[in-house]
Amino acid sequence: MVARRGPDRDAPARFPARDASVRFPDRDAPARVPARDVAAAVPDPELPMVTVADLGILRDVREDGDSVTVTITPTYSGCPAMREIASDLRRRLERAGYLHVTVRTELAPPWTTDWITAEGRLKLAAAGIAPPDPAARRAVPAGPVPLTLTAAPRAPVPCPHCGSARTTETSRFSGTACKALYRCEACLEPFEHVKDH
Amino acid sequence: MTDEYGAYQALAEESDDQRWAFGTGFTDPLEGVDTTVPPGVDGDALAAYCLMLGDDALVYSHRLQQWVTRAPELEEETALANIALDLLGQARMLLARAGRADGSGRDEDQLAFFREEGEFRNVRLVERLDADFAELVARLLIFSAWRLALFEALRASADPVLAAIAAKGASELAYHRDYAARWVVRLGDGTELSHARMQAGLAVVWPLMDELFTPHEVEAALPGVAPAVREMRGEVDAVLDAVLAAATLTRPAAAPLAGLGGRTGRDGVHTEALGYVLAELQSVARAHPGATW
Repeated sequence: MVARRGPDRDAPARFPARDASVRFPDRDAPARVPARDVAAAVPDPELPMVTVADLGILRDVREDGDSVTVTITPTYSGCPAMREIASDLRRRLERAGYLHVTVRTELAPPWTTDWITAEGRLKLAAAGIAPPDPAARRAVPAGPVPLTLTAAPRAPVPCPHCGSARTTETSRFSGTACKALYRCEACLEPFEHVKDH
Repeated sequence: MTDEYGAYQALAEESDDQRWAFGTGFTDPLEGVDTTVPPGVDGDALAAYCLMLGDDALVYSHRLQQWVTRAPELEEETALANIALDLLGQARMLLARAGRADGSGRDEDQLAFFREEGEFRNVRLVERLDADFAELVARLLIFSAWRLALFEALRASADPVLAAIAAKGASELAYHRDYAARWVVRLGDGTELSHARMQAGLAVVWPLMDELFTPHEVEAALPGVAPAVREMRGEVDAVLDAVLAAATLTRPAAAPLAGLGGRTGRDGVHTEALGYVLAELQSVARAHPGATW
């Protein structure tokens, strides 16, 4: 039987450049979970039922050998969870075998609730938090931002508990900057709504 | 649930992370953002401008935080805390931008805690402790209507960092302005007493409005970066007129508060009230220099 040689790791690379999508067979290194998958599984510290990928906070993951650069974006200027998210990303990626992890912030374009994925919306609703309606967010018109002195005519926010559309906004601000407080007039339960932003 | 390993659990682990609780220990809010000053832009003027807008938000955020535990209802308390948090976030990014633009390398903490009163560049509107809720919403209406107009214009700034901070903040300010406007209408168009107190609240803050639209030499030194603040007046006046009309209130006939030889908050000349804010804001950091929390 002819012994087959494995890939020669000292041979010149057969590919022009190493990129994350090309997995080299490397029998000495433990199998690593792709950095994107590790990063995408990080839960939001304040909404742990959804991940940073579900929320659209995770903007980019670049893998280069042992190094990973993750780009995240804040939901609101004052979001206190950014630090926790960055630490959590760093810790998980290091555990997954990446030796050099850089987490950077990107501000533009600004985050909007439109970036919350369909799966993220379902997870929020399942946890009793009414998700934002992508269609309801105001289109950015040219000129001054219109003032809304009364409840804006918008699609009702359905109750995540009973599904009724008879709901009332009790406060535009809630336990976190990204949520508003609502009450359902049918089942009388209060609930939170990730407001359009 | 995503998994069992959360940020809270991670705090208890042995690591080089010296923090003692969730939410403590701040890192640079512009980490990884390219803060190179664009060619042709005066870095010192850009830093001074960022301090102006950053100090407005920092001082006002502190004043709004002082309402926490004093608001009439829990919902209002939550709203004010959230508005204060948004402004604090804006302040952090603007101060960090200032420290990079002038090449001094000062971070947000050094700028917030270790500058003297005369080095603060905020407008005088944000300094005073509100006497009542009517005064609070009057001040918040004027401040957020003006800042929203300014931030909308800043989206097109020649400094991409400032443009990004403004684009992020603008949608927050739209919520702040609507919140204040609705309360002004509710109180103005309410009972005889609430109407009178709302009108009185407007009268207190009105003399401080002119300063918001007074051009400053720092803005003049930043063509394409800093929009002309005088041009915001029409838009802000239109918003205020719409709110006052719905609220059955009238524009107070009050003369603008004079500066000292023409110098005002933007030049470091402040009202007595700022010293009290800074004493509270800075005392812990100054008593324990180098402490982390």
